[in-house]
Amino acid sequence: MSEVKKIATRESMGDALAELGKEKDNVVVLDADLAGATQTIRFKNVFPDRFIDCGIAEANMMGIAAGLATAGKVPFVSTFAMFAAGRAFDQIRNSIAYPKIGVKIAATHGGVSVGEDGATHQCNEDFALMRVIPGMTVMCPSDDIEAKAMIKAAYEIDGPVYMRFGRYPVPVINDNDDYRFEAGKGIVMRDGKDMTIIANGILVGEALEAAEKLAEKDGIDTAVINMHTIKPLDEELVLKYAQKTGRIVTVEEHSVIGGLGSAVAEFISSKAPVTVQRIGMNDCFGRSGKAEELLHAYRLDAEGIYEQIR
Amino acid sequence: METKKLQQIANEVRKSIVTEVYCAGAAHPGGSLSLADVLTYLYFEEMNTDPSDPGAPDRDRLVLSKGHASPALYAVLAEKGFIPKEDLKTLRKIDSYLQGHPDMKHTSGLDMSTGSLGQGISAGVGMALAAKMDGKNYRTYVICGDGEMEEGQIWEAMMFAGHHRLDNFVVIIDVNELQIDGTLDQVVDPRPLDKKTEAFGFHTITADGHDMDQLRKAFREAREIKGQPSAIILNTVKGKGVSYMENQVGWHGKAPDDKQYEQAMNELREAGEALCQK
Repeated sequence: MSEVKKIATRESMGDALAELGKEKDNVVVLDADLAGATQTIRFKNVFPDRFIDCGIAEANMMGIAAGLATAGKVPFVSTFAMFAAGRAFDQIRNSIAYPKIGVKIAATHGGVSVGEDGATHQCNEDFALMRVIPGMTVMCPSDDIEAKAMIKAAYEIDGPVYMRFGRYPVPVINDNDDYRFEAGKGIVMRDGKDMTIIANGILVGEALEAAEKLAEKDGIDTAVINMHTIKPLDEELVLKYAQKTGRIVTVEEHSVIGGLGSAVAEFISSKAPVTVQRIGMNDCFGRSGKAEELLHAYRLDAEGIYEQIR
Repeated sequence: METKKLQQIANEVRKSIVTEVYCAGAAHPGGSLSLADVLTYLYFEEMNTDPSDPGAPDRDRLVLSKGHASPALYAVLAEKGFIPKEDLKTLRKIDSYLQGHPDMKHTSGLDMSTGSLGQGISAGVGMALAAKMDGKNYRTYVICGDGEMEEGQIWEAMMFAGHHRLDNFVVIIDVNELQIDGTLDQVVDPRPLDKKTEAFGFHTITADGHDMDQLRKAFREAREIKGQPSAIILNTVKGKGVSYMENQVGWHGKAPDDKQYEQAMNELREAGEALCQK
């Protein structure tokens, strides 16, 4: 491949917040001493008076965001996925979701592609934790363009939203004229009749590569759906492709327990039972290493996905 | 409002609390009764609230961080006219909007849903911060339990409020010295609360939580303080106003039986009559 434009979705998130801040006066951004890492610094640089550094106190940050929202602000809260979905789970559930307060959680550093920091910082459980909370919208973008669209969409959603952005730069794959983002609506990236890969996040690009290879080498005509919204799941699209292709594989940078794979399997088991193979982290913790080494080691790169499917 | 009138309302609030808990068959009477006076003072003297416009943007806010004392807050909201008094008997019942712990979505006059201890204070700090950002004058009051001060999040919130010098923020700590498993010193004693709150940047005031004149003095003092938030540490009696509940750890979370209910209501009726004759 020649020069492919690669951007980490955390950077897109930071830029999109700065952009949104210009349009909407009531947008405020909160961070927990990680502005440089999460990239909320890009908002802070433009709107220092609307940026609140809560220090290393994620639980309090979620509550403060809830309080701000009751007073008319639209808070975007950022920290690493582990410390948002994990550490502050109770606060998100009870102080944000239960009262149906419109706090937008823009978590970064999801999945093993966090890299060298190792298992304590690689959250592979956030989709599961957030998905189980009533009324929570859960999303994860596949590239720069989608990440930016997602931030705008989150602002419009009535209620709490959890989004996961990545640290690892990934190719831009949505740079086509008819790209349109709608929360809760999956995107068919590649059509096919023998099998459907339902992927999200930074693995959509890898899944597309795997699908090309399956078609070329094995003659398996594989559809690829970019399921950027895990909840609410685009059930209509899942059902359509289950019936059309008769075989589903889910691909996510998340535990095979509780995430996109589970969401698809739960739905399809009662509507149109077909084989659902779940590809992700196999109930294990990650470890230190370079992002691409880790994705390879856990068989989440195009090659690993291809081999697991074939 | 004159002190005697406030005391009379607080006595009515106590009757409502006991009735709510009795009808529910379960709830938290002890820590509700310890708050009857301060909540009455707040809603009838201190705070700018309007039952006909409960969501007014410039209203003062109250967050009951110790959400299990919901019977006290519901009783005061009913006295104030936010909710019908007869609804108090539906507390904790299926289909009632009066949840075991406050649910802001369905109860008029509630500024925050609480219940998981340590969380309400952060929301309150967020409200106070929003007022500062928007240049508004409303004030935010948060009520925490003394046992609740054992939660780490409390101190995250206190550190933040102190750092940002939120002088429109008041945390009220209900020191009735009892928690579920026993007295504070039998569990994990969070005291001394005056020194700790001071160290976190708060102007600290200590008062008798059942003395309207002391409450008046404390809240006036807090209002005068500029450049830092205030902590009002209230010495209270858990179960205050019902003789057999006072200072009894066992009355943290249970309801009186028929006979006990009758006795409690008789005591409160007598207390009310005494207030009329004073």
